[in-house]
Amino acid sequence: MGDFFVLALSAGTPFILASLGEIFSQKSGVLNIGIEGMMLIGALAGFSVAHHSGSPWIGLVGGVIAGSLAGLIHGFLSITLMAPQVISGMALTIFGFGITSFLGKPFLGLPATSFETSILGVTPPVIIALALIPLSVFILTKTRFGIHIRAVGEYPEAADSAGVNVSLIRYLCVLIGGGMAGLSGAYLSLAYSPMWREGMTAGRGWIALSLVFFSMRKPIFALLGAIFFGALWILQFKLQGLGFGVSPYLLMMIPYASTILVLSLLSSERIRGRIGVPEALGKPYLR
Amino acid sequence: MRSDTVVELKGITKAFPGVVANKDIDFELNRGEVHALLGENGAGKTTLMNILSGLLRPDDGEIRIFGKPVSFRSPREAISLGIGMVHQQFLLVPSLSVVENIVLGHKEEGFIPNLRNVEKKIKTLSENYNLEIEPRAKVWQLSAGEKQRVEILKALYREAQVLILDEPTSVLAPQEAEGLINALREMTSEGHLSVVFVSHKLPEVTAVSDRITVLRRGRVVAAMENDNVDYAVLSNVMVGRELQKSVSPRRREKGGILLEVEDLVVPDDRGVPAVDGVSFTLSEGEILGIAGVAGNGQKELGEALIGLRSATRGRVIFCGKEITDITPRQAIEKKIGFIPEEPLTIGLAGGLSVADNLILDTYRSSRFLRKGLLDYNKIEGFSRGIVDTHGIKTPDLGLQVGHLSGGNVQRLILGRELSRDLKLLVANHPTKGLDVGAADFVWEKLISLGEEGVGIILISEDLEEIQTLSNRIAVMYEGELVGVEESGRVDRKKIGLLMMGVGKEE
Repeated sequence: MGDFFVLALSAGTPFILASLGEIFSQKSGVLNIGIEGMMLIGALAGFSVAHHSGSPWIGLVGGVIAGSLAGLIHGFLSITLMAPQVISGMALTIFGFGITSFLGKPFLGLPATSFETSILGVTPPVIIALALIPLSVFILTKTRFGIHIRAVGEYPEAADSAGVNVSLIRYLCVLIGGGMAGLSGAYLSLAYSPMWREGMTAGRGWIALSLVFFSMRKPIFALLGAIFFGALWILQFKLQGLGFGVSPYLLMMIPYASTILVLSLLSSERIRGRIGVPEALGKPYLR
Repeated sequence: MRSDTVVELKGITKAFPGVVANKDIDFELNRGEVHALLGENGAGKTTLMNILSGLLRPDDGEIRIFGKPVSFRSPREAISLGIGMVHQQFLLVPSLSVVENIVLGHKEEGFIPNLRNVEKKIKTLSENYNLEIEPRAKVWQLSAGEKQRVEILKALYREAQVLILDEPTSVLAPQEAEGLINALREMTSEGHLSVVFVSHKLPEVTAVSDRITVLRRGRVVAAMENDNVDYAVLSNVMVGRELQKSVSPRRREKGGILLEVEDLVVPDDRGVPAVDGVSFTLSEGEILGIAGVAGNGQKELGEALIGLRSATRGRVIFCGKEITDITPRQAIEKKIGFIPEEPLTIGLAGGLSVADNLILDTYRSSRFLRKGLLDYNKIEGFSRGIVDTHGIKTPDLGLQVGHLSGGNVQRLILGRELSRDLKLLVANHPTKGLDVGAADFVWEKLISLGEEGVGIILISEDLEEIQTLSNRIAVMYEGELVGVEESGRVDRKKIGLLMMGVGKEE
């Protein structure tokens, strides 16, 4: 059982990281559905930086930086140019997939420069992800930055009138979102399944996106959800291993199908009323 | 020694495309006084205060704060010099607590603000100035009056020495407004704080201020000490013509029953009952005033009667027939008219022309058609008639309605609804945001409509309006009608209390 939990936590870590980042972005009022693309960019950047530098740690940093830069594209389009955020995020996903498939060719089949240490049975990035949860809660609830994030996401006019730089706060949050997605991708290619493969995120970015909605943008709930989906991910392999005589393709659908199921359950009228969506989510701010 | 003049505006001029909002305005604020800025809508009060608070820059003129000439580039700079403005629309984040809203944007608190300290400071301030507030409450839980106190505390926390209040009582129940006026008098009595009180309501201006400056069409037309000021004189100066106070409630013969509402329940947008078991009757030619603070179900009640919202329980009977599940189109056909609270969101299409909007409800009528197509000659003739009789100021009939001023929008919707042959009119805040002259016009129309036998449901927060026009008065509180009375017997204070949920039917 303990083993299963460790496996679920490891499989859930990409969700923890990516959804934490998206929580920052959405709390500030920017919807970024390009998580999948940013994760892929982070995965390839992490892999190649680690490969060239010989250190998985530097690889992780590379993943964060690449993810942030990808986020910056979305920030520029949605905050500065006020482009529709759903379209911009979709473009980011397609762009991430395309560019990593192209640039990633030389890395196909190479072994990753991976982590050699493990702590309590998990790789170091898992510990980082766990540590980021209380840190995020603290930043969002106790710091001036956190108050400003919530204010620009709810009522940017009020924040502006109080002297808060709305665009700056939003840019920072989109950068955090991109960086965390990049970290999530680099974790995949350096630690969870150490190699580079086209489209290796396999829809995890979309699941992380839905987790943000399930969790009502609360990091603690995002953690619980991430472990739950991690468990489903593992379950799928376990069931395949047991040889149920069910097509593995059907079993591989479990995480995705359950996303739809959970989404339908949580969207019932009764529950939806309690999920506080930031009032200005998805709306550009024009003075 | 600091000078006794805190703020001095000299020769302030500000023009917007096509209109001079402020022309050569002089204004002075002394330490510890409440100086009222009085004027109709569009007189340039808000423009002047936006200049003083750093939101706008004047084209010409000089601003002196404590005798020093200044030129603000942003509200921030004005705040740092001790000028705090409380806008008509509250600039507070609903999901944040009172404390969080107050530290928002305040750099002095550091990266991790000590909210306990801030809370203590707020408590001290609120005790000193008699502005009671629960610092940990979330702003969405607060009433309008409490939100206003938070705005004032926010300014005081930033050590404001000048407080500008833009139409502060427009969102308050009468008792809350009285409380505000008392608080302002007290706050200024020690001489640390000076207040500019922007308003178009004469009684509150004379109740609160030491001095009064009157603006009309962007110019100062009078400045006086508040000392035995005569309302009639003041309103003449403000409006620029003799105001006929001819409107008054008139006794009328009671007609037959026009509308019966039984135990009506109407949900709001979230599905929670906003109207919770309301019953009343309305006779022909009767004006029933429904008073209440916004958000107590008045809007939903009005919308249900004209078919914009469906009831989950109860019945509505109109002229002997049940119309509970009526559609807006059927309501129009049954001669029910509607004046919405915000015409540009519900009754009119801002992007369409004046003429198009005037036929929005009746374009199907054959009088506008020729061979099945709209006949614009006829439409223009019809529109021209309404524009002339209702004094709608528009350069031409093709102008987009969104570009009209608030008063003209109100005249337009009134003109359109009255152009039909009505039996029932649901008027939701028909004079909200209108100045004295325009409001007078609307009142006249409603009264004469009542005399013609049309039943009117008048929903308003303005007690004077309700009392002047209505035959009977009811108060709506939390979805229920409390206390329906003949208007002659109504005690204003009692209505005010009912509006705040005090003294519900014993």
